[in-house]
Amino acid sequence: MASITTSATFAPTPRSPWLTRLSHFGASGWTGLAIVAFWALAAIFGPALLSRTGTAAGTAVFAPISAAHWLGTDYLGRDMLARVIEGARYTVGVAFVATLLASGTGTLLALLAAASNRWIDGGLSRTLDTLTAIPSKMFALLMVAGFGSSVPMLVTTAAIIYMPGAYRFARALAVNINALDYVIVARTRGEGTPYVMLHEILPNIAGPMLADLGLRFVYVVLLLAGLSFLGLGVQPPAADWGSLVRENIGALADAGASVIAPSFAIASLTIAVNLVIDNLPGRAARERGAR
Amino acid sequence: MNRLILRLLAQRIALALLSLLAVSVIVFAITAVLPGDAAQEQLGQEATPEALAALRAQMGLDVPAPQRYVRWLGGLVRGDLGVSSATQTPVADLIGSRLPNSLLLAAVTALFAVPLALAHGVASAVWRGSWFDRAASSAAVALVSVPEFLVATLAVLIFAVHLHWLPALSYVSDIESIGQLFQAFAMPVLTLTCVVGAQMMRMSRAAVIDQLEAPYIEMVRLKGASPLRTVLAHALPNAVGPIANAIALSLSYLLGGVIIVETIFNYPGIAKLMVDGVAQRDMPLVQACAMLFCAAYLILVTTADVCGIVANPRLRHR
Repeated sequence: MASITTSATFAPTPRSPWLTRLSHFGASGWTGLAIVAFWALAAIFGPALLSRTGTAAGTAVFAPISAAHWLGTDYLGRDMLARVIEGARYTVGVAFVATLLASGTGTLLALLAAASNRWIDGGLSRTLDTLTAIPSKMFALLMVAGFGSSVPMLVTTAAIIYMPGAYRFARALAVNINALDYVIVARTRGEGTPYVMLHEILPNIAGPMLADLGLRFVYVVLLLAGLSFLGLGVQPPAADWGSLVRENIGALADAGASVIAPSFAIASLTIAVNLVIDNLPGRAARERGAR
Repeated sequence: MNRLILRLLAQRIALALLSLLAVSVIVFAITAVLPGDAAQEQLGQEATPEALAALRAQMGLDVPAPQRYVRWLGGLVRGDLGVSSATQTPVADLIGSRLPNSLLLAAVTALFAVPLALAHGVASAVWRGSWFDRAASSAAVALVSVPEFLVATLAVLIFAVHLHWLPALSYVSDIESIGQLFQAFAMPVLTLTCVVGAQMMRMSRAAVIDQLEAPYIEMVRLKGASPLRTVLAHALPNAVGPIANAIALSLSYLLGGVIIVETIFNYPGIAKLMVDGVAQRDMPLVQACAMLFCAAYLILVTTADVCGIVANPRLRHR
């Protein structure tokens, strides 16, 4: 038994497609990936590592950058670094869950539409097109007006807003794949719609859908930050980066770190995701081909 | 040919009206049906059944939802927008006093953003790959990938805090001279121009590049036409449709941007009115503002669509 496992480790491991992909990354792609990884780790482990929240007695309000407070303090004298790291949990976490929901449901519905008859396809497409007739921020404002603001509500709202886009993109890809010979062969040998959806079409649209997921993540981050900035997103005492900018807008007059830090956190995250997407090999090849 | 275009135009307008009807159903459902009983919420759990019934009758909640929807839509069509639940004034008056401000802001922004963005877009398409193109394109990507309030915050930091050129807030009520007008509008217009212009520049650049790649442009070059003549006399006339499409689509970004910009600069426009309405859960006001915004959005998107069709003969036959 032991000899078998040892011999197995000596066998040449096939290079995973992910590794080959990553080796095509340019410097800007790696920078983007590093920033995204940093914020993801900060969101997961950050709050446990930093325990400097709470109003420390005697701390100045809107204090400048110092050794004790790397990013200064906020409008209540709380440590800004800790607030930004905590905010990462809301900004990155909520946006990530919402994006997964939007892209997941969008892809599944698109597979269903592509693999089903005209009526289901047409009905789904028309219904979801109607949703896109409402501008995203307007829809979000309506949802907040109707249901109030809570984290589950924000996730649902963002997922509903960005699902039609994911659906449309995935459907365009899936319809093409659905017309290929091997899908027709699968149908002819008697496979059902779920099998065709998940085993024949899905693996072939997964790559482009991942790039689309990244783009959609950026949109969701921007939407949620905007809502929180209006005071209609994540509610105090919890705060995402949008609400941190709103809370500390008083420091703007003297360009305080407490308003600049969360602003740059948002910009760094969205630009980093854009850099990663721009360096994905499939996308670069597509753009070169299109030119 | 003209009849074909007219028929297509009528088709698009009918489609837009149908979308608006669907939007009104969604707006009504989200604000008035799905959240539950507004009377119950207002009175709390301990309300007596009689008080609840009385309030429901007063709010018109004692009839089924479809009937309420028809009544609401009928009022909307007649211009009766209901009474604001927070201020008890007619919604039409509230909107009427704010709408000119917002339209003025949008018009001034379009006046600056369209020529600026087109000039940049066409220039970077013509000098593709040059340092100018790279700088302008990177700036545009950076502008579209950060939130609007960040652009606004940066503008305040640079022009109000560091350079002291402009006030950080704008109040339209106390304008007496041209200088004051400029000061009040400078910041909101600057921010909106950046947000909308970046999008417009990217799209018009792509449209012109699309034309410059076409075989007929190669023919024009081989014929010996000067670069200026190639662009102005040959490429641009063919890019007018896609560019008009880009302008209309980018202007629809104004609707999103204006929500943030009016709030951050405290500008007394319709978007600020709606955000306040959402915070106070003033449903009649929110419904009316939402319908107004969606109508404007549909008009812009339909215009973009029509421009695209009229300019592209191949699309006319679909």
